[in-house]
Amino acid sequence: MTDLTSLTIAEAREKLRGREITSTELTDAYLSAIDAANDTLNAYVKVTADKAREMAKASDERLANGAGGALEGIPLGIKDLFGTEGVHTQACSHVLDGFEPRYESTVTANLWADGAVMLGKLNMDEFAMGSSNETSYYGPVKNPWRARESNKDLVPGGSSGGSAAAVSAFLCAGATATDTGGSIRQPAAFTGTVGIKPTYGRCSRWGVVAFASSLDQAGPITRDVRDAAIMLKSMASVDPKDTTSVDRPVPDYESALGQSVRGMKIGIPAEYRMDGMPEEIETLWQKGMAWLRDAGAEIVDITLPHTKYALPAYYIVAPAEASSNLARYDGVRYGLRVPGKDITEMYEKTRAAGFGHEVKRRILIGTYVLSAGYYDAYYLRAQKVRTLIKRDFETVFADGVDAILTPATPSAAFGIADQDMAADPVKMYLNDIFTVTVNMAGLPGIAVPAGLDAQGLPLGLQLIGKPFDEETLFRTAHVLEQAAGHFPVEKWW
Amino acid sequence: MSIIDTRTPDPKRLIPGATGDWEIVIGMEVHAQVISESKLFSGASTEFGAEPNANVSLVDAAMPGMLPVINEECVKQAVRTGLGLKARINKKSVFDRKNYFYPDLPQGYQISQFKQPIVGEGEVVISVGPDRNGEFEDVEIGIERLHLEQDAGKSMHDQHPTMSYVDLNRSGVALMEIVSKPDLRSSDEAKAYLTKMRQILRYLGTCDGNMDEGSMRADVNVSVRKPGGDFGTRCEIKNVNSIRFVGQAIESEARRQIAIIEDGGSINQETRLFDPGRGETRSMRSKEEAHDYRYFPDPDLLPLEFDDAFVEDLAQHLPELPDEKKARLVSLGLSAYDASILVSEKPIADYFEQVAAGRDAKTAANWVINDLLGALNKAGLGIEETPVSPAQLGGIIDLIKSGDISGKIAKDVFEIVWHDGGDPADIVDERGMKQVTDAGAIEGEVDKVIAANPDKVEQAKAKPSLAGWFVGQVMKATQGKANPQAVQALVRAKLGIED
Repeated sequence: MTDLTSLTIAEAREKLRGREITSTELTDAYLSAIDAANDTLNAYVKVTADKAREMAKASDERLANGAGGALEGIPLGIKDLFGTEGVHTQACSHVLDGFEPRYESTVTANLWADGAVMLGKLNMDEFAMGSSNETSYYGPVKNPWRARESNKDLVPGGSSGGSAAAVSAFLCAGATATDTGGSIRQPAAFTGTVGIKPTYGRCSRWGVVAFASSLDQAGPITRDVRDAAIMLKSMASVDPKDTTSVDRPVPDYESALGQSVRGMKIGIPAEYRMDGMPEEIETLWQKGMAWLRDAGAEIVDITLPHTKYALPAYYIVAPAEASSNLARYDGVRYGLRVPGKDITEMYEKTRAAGFGHEVKRRILIGTYVLSAGYYDAYYLRAQKVRTLIKRDFETVFADGVDAILTPATPSAAFGIADQDMAADPVKMYLNDIFTVTVNMAGLPGIAVPAGLDAQGLPLGLQLIGKPFDEETLFRTAHVLEQAAGHFPVEKWW
Repeated sequence: MSIIDTRTPDPKRLIPGATGDWEIVIGMEVHAQVISESKLFSGASTEFGAEPNANVSLVDAAMPGMLPVINEECVKQAVRTGLGLKARINKKSVFDRKNYFYPDLPQGYQISQFKQPIVGEGEVVISVGPDRNGEFEDVEIGIERLHLEQDAGKSMHDQHPTMSYVDLNRSGVALMEIVSKPDLRSSDEAKAYLTKMRQILRYLGTCDGNMDEGSMRADVNVSVRKPGGDFGTRCEIKNVNSIRFVGQAIESEARRQIAIIEDGGSINQETRLFDPGRGETRSMRSKEEAHDYRYFPDPDLLPLEFDDAFVEDLAQHLPELPDEKKARLVSLGLSAYDASILVSEKPIADYFEQVAAGRDAKTAANWVINDLLGALNKAGLGIEETPVSPAQLGGIIDLIKSGDISGKIAKDVFEIVWHDGGDPADIVDERGMKQVTDAGAIEGEVDKVIAANPDKVEQAKAKPSLAGWFVGQVMKATQGKANPQAVQALVRAKLGIED
């Protein structure tokens, strides 16, 4: 059945509509693949086989009647951050033990309304805090990719590591993910998949467990650019329940694919050429420029002068919001409760046992930067930096730049339990160096696989667009994808 | 923030201590529950008295991934209140999170407004008195700000031997926190301020002002100083739930602070609670124990912005406020005292306005104040429970004006309507209470009385005021139905008393 799981969403869609295959067959193929792989890869924390088969059956009935939505019968994996009614929703945290919401997030509800089938819930860094999927209460996810002639287990990136690994390893046709500082784009780059973080406000945050509300945004991880366009179209919507969602029509992103980039201005930001950046990353970047130039785009040097402040500012804003967003996990109403002699001790024991190290670290950082006497020096300044970062981008776009090309990550995937990263959390945070600016400015960004490094590991390029101009990103990313070719993973699991 | 002292020390308001007179400085924070169908950020009902946890939405329970959505009606209510307090309306304001842990605060933070409230500076005129001469004094009290915030739920500690219960019905209900400037200088002023605030809120229909149900509560900041000196260190008395208790709390707190200072001590800035049973305040937490609330703008909510037209529209539909209504009533010929009684509560004012419509305002005021309010007071009833409707009372006044009944008979009609109901005109008809205006009939009665009392006639010629006795006899003989003016005129004419 591997041939079925190797179909892209677009391919499966045609075969389903043409009645060449049924959703039940497709779903069963994925369930078998998950069954065979998940003990090794640990991409899923919950497989909803019965629900998947039910949904597939209903899809088949609709397809038989010539009906069905844009994703009718397509089996998807859902990041554990999305609230799914009656199904495991724990943000991969111990503190949400046993939590099954009585509501469905707007994004997943949109997907089901378009006929998609849920295979299960995907592993992730606890509360989406991490860049390696190692902070999950359910253990690390293994990257389906390995270096040539190596048995070393690599991380799939994070926080949407389960999503990226599942898509890369053919354990779902596509997956939902979320991106607060790079959590879609970095794992996509580490696994040779496509991931887009749309403009802030494009997808509703309602029903998605919050990490940092002003930065969180849902998006898809898929095997190619077309699939990302198809999935985002279904995920995106305005939502009266999320007043930060934006009321503008969702374009048919797929129709942007195949359009020429001739005459388009692509900006190359000087500040993204970091000291100590591997030569391979620079080479890949140059290749990306060449491909776009060959396709008729104009490559222009630009400057985003406040880039170097983005990462420190991000690691103030995001933990500040997180420290407040995670206050509700107190053991009173749902999830884990560790009894204490009084309410304070119950809080302390519950939160001590319920949160992992990285989450605790960020709650502490966030609490600190918001404290009396430190607020102005940290939080307020970080917000000012954020305004400057946003202005950098606005200036560049006002000068006629249509999109910005950067590397997606400063390196390829690294090993699980990497000693350097464990010793210095800042090293781990540096994974987000090219991606956080996009969240700070609320812009759309897409990561596209662009080549392999010397060890045969995938590397990605990132395109950054104007607010709500995802179409230009899909169009340009498609050109890169065509030029770079595909990089199939070698199955070893 | 520098505090500006707007008041000149007034000997009447000082309180004596062992070392001389002291002046109390008071600032108030009133928490007023907004009248709205649903909560500030969720669609759950705000109905009072529902079963515990019946009015709790997913947002109120702070389920993962839930988001607040501002309730426009609550915003309108806050703007209306701001307009009623003659305050600056901020067309852009920001919601912040106030972070602290408590079981009845499911989010772990309260959504409030910290740096940019929806309403800025305004003022309230309070009326203090009467003094020994029966005079009232108007004092202008500054409003610092008004902001919108969520109420917390309720912890119940008396339901289980070892556990506490939490009722989230109130969690997320909209509150307006109205902060005064430290302009109040006595417990009487503080009580007058609260009374006035409640009156304004009730007129506006933005808060029901029911302190016993907790829909209006006050935090009172009290400090003492030598008259006109520097502001002293203040203590905040939390959650006082009646106007009377506010007065008691201030008096006892001021005496406590004066005693400490006069003993050579100093005041610790702290939060205190008022114990109504003991009539005194006690320490709740010191400044050192105060929470660090880590306020920051709520990233789930965009800044709240509206335009001039939004405010204009609300301003145009604002009801008449007590001060304006009082001025209008005075311009209609009412005394300031009568006018202030009538406007004291909006339902009374509304009642009066219905009675006075198309009638003499002064007559209507006399009937409402002396007869209606007097009877209600005696019966222990509120204006909402009055057995005599404005239309009925108006009908009685109309019958006096048309000359159908005398003022005295009117009191009897009022009694009948009070007890039995009915249309006053019908009552007068059916019970034959119409006064006799037929000059011939009255003349007959007058003649009879004069004929029967020759000695009195003689006396009256010498002492014209005795005419009143004859009038009384005629009224008695006609069972009060004769028109007293007509009787008076005839008696005087017959007795030959010159006008």
